[in-house]
Amino acid sequence: MIVADRKSLEEILTMVKDNKKILIAGCKGCVTVCNVGGLKEVEILASSMKIARKKQGTHIDIDINVLERQCDNEYVAGVSDIIGNYDAVISLACGVGPQFLSEMYPDQTFYPGVNTTFFGGATQHGVWEERCAGCGTCAINNFGGLCPIARCAKSLMNGPCGGSSNGACEINKDTVCIWDVIVRKKMDAGKLEDLIGVRGIKNWRTARDGGPRRSIREELVQGNI
Amino acid sequence: MRLSYPADIKVIQVPCTGRVDILHLLNAIEDGADGVYVAGCLEGECHYIEGNLKARRKVEYVKKTLTELGIEPERVEMYNLSSAQGARFAEIASEMVGKIRELGPTPVKSTHAA
Ligand code: SF4
Ligand code: SF4
Repeated sequence: MIVADRKSLEEILTMVKDNKKILIAGCKGCVTVCNVGGLKEVEILASSMKIARKKQGTHIDIDINVLERQCDNEYVAGVSDIIGNYDAVISLACGVGPQFLSEMYPDQTFYPGVNTTFFGGATQHGVWEERCAGCGTCAINNFGGLCPIARCAKSLMNGPCGGSSNGACEINKDTVCIWDVIVRKKMDAGKLEDLIGVRGIKNWRTARDGGPRRSIREELVQGNI
Repeated sequence: MRLSYPADIKVIQVPCTGRVDILHLLNAIEDGADGVYVAGCLEGECHYIEGNLKARRKVEYVKKTLTELGIEPERVEMYNLSSAQGARFAEIASEMVGKIRELGPTPVKSTHAA
């Protein structure tokens, strides 16, 4: 899923400091699963903001709405009747949400209420970790099912750098050196030779380096199948 | 045993403090409560195993939020006592009321739409 962290109350309050009536829009997708932009978090933000504004002595009306998904125009269109009722909208979806909203409703102002961070999953309750960098050419089968693009600080493709120490990455002792894990896994399986061949230079054109990406499925473009 | 506790306190009963939600605490502050505290069972003695521990985590979350908003985090507290400790209940009530009196009235004043 896409993982995000909520922006600080201070940052959010500053964004809407001149507004008197706002909407907080949540999303039932990834941000609900990573506990940052679902109904619960939307309600908590609304209450916290009302407390802040009451303390300041300035009134604010806050409505909430949690969209099925903010990354689907079908659902984004669902708020067309109400979107004009607000001075501004705070979206608690990943960065995709406020963009879909901004594109459909050019006259409204949308603020991102979260910092979108990475593609990953929960390794324990309350802890999320990055697993994929969306490079567009997945090759994790070559690395024991582990991704050195997303999980090695240098995205190395041919083994660890000299900074790998006791399983930790040189950038931070709390960061696992994924190359250490990959090599150990291959050693345990008696297949270290899988890693011997030198891997050629990765073609990064399928990654962000090739510019914004687009995925087209002709059969779907033509209609439902 | 007839014990008195300060009349400033409004008691809201819940089946277990695990039922108390972050929003209940925030909404109370939002609606102008000077302070809110959760009185749960002793740690390790929750009928539902960890309702009181969850309540404590929620109280801590709300304290952090209040701090971020420049409001004294002491306005929200968690206490643990057993249902047999009536005297302790009264004592906690007085303690909390005393603490809130020291802090003074809430800075969260009701505002009206202009
Ligand atoms: S190789 Fe690329 S697509 Fe596959 S997990 Fe790594 S970053 Fe993601
Ligand atoms: S220590 Fe390991 S994870 Fe860190 S940069 Fe070097 S090879 Fe990559």
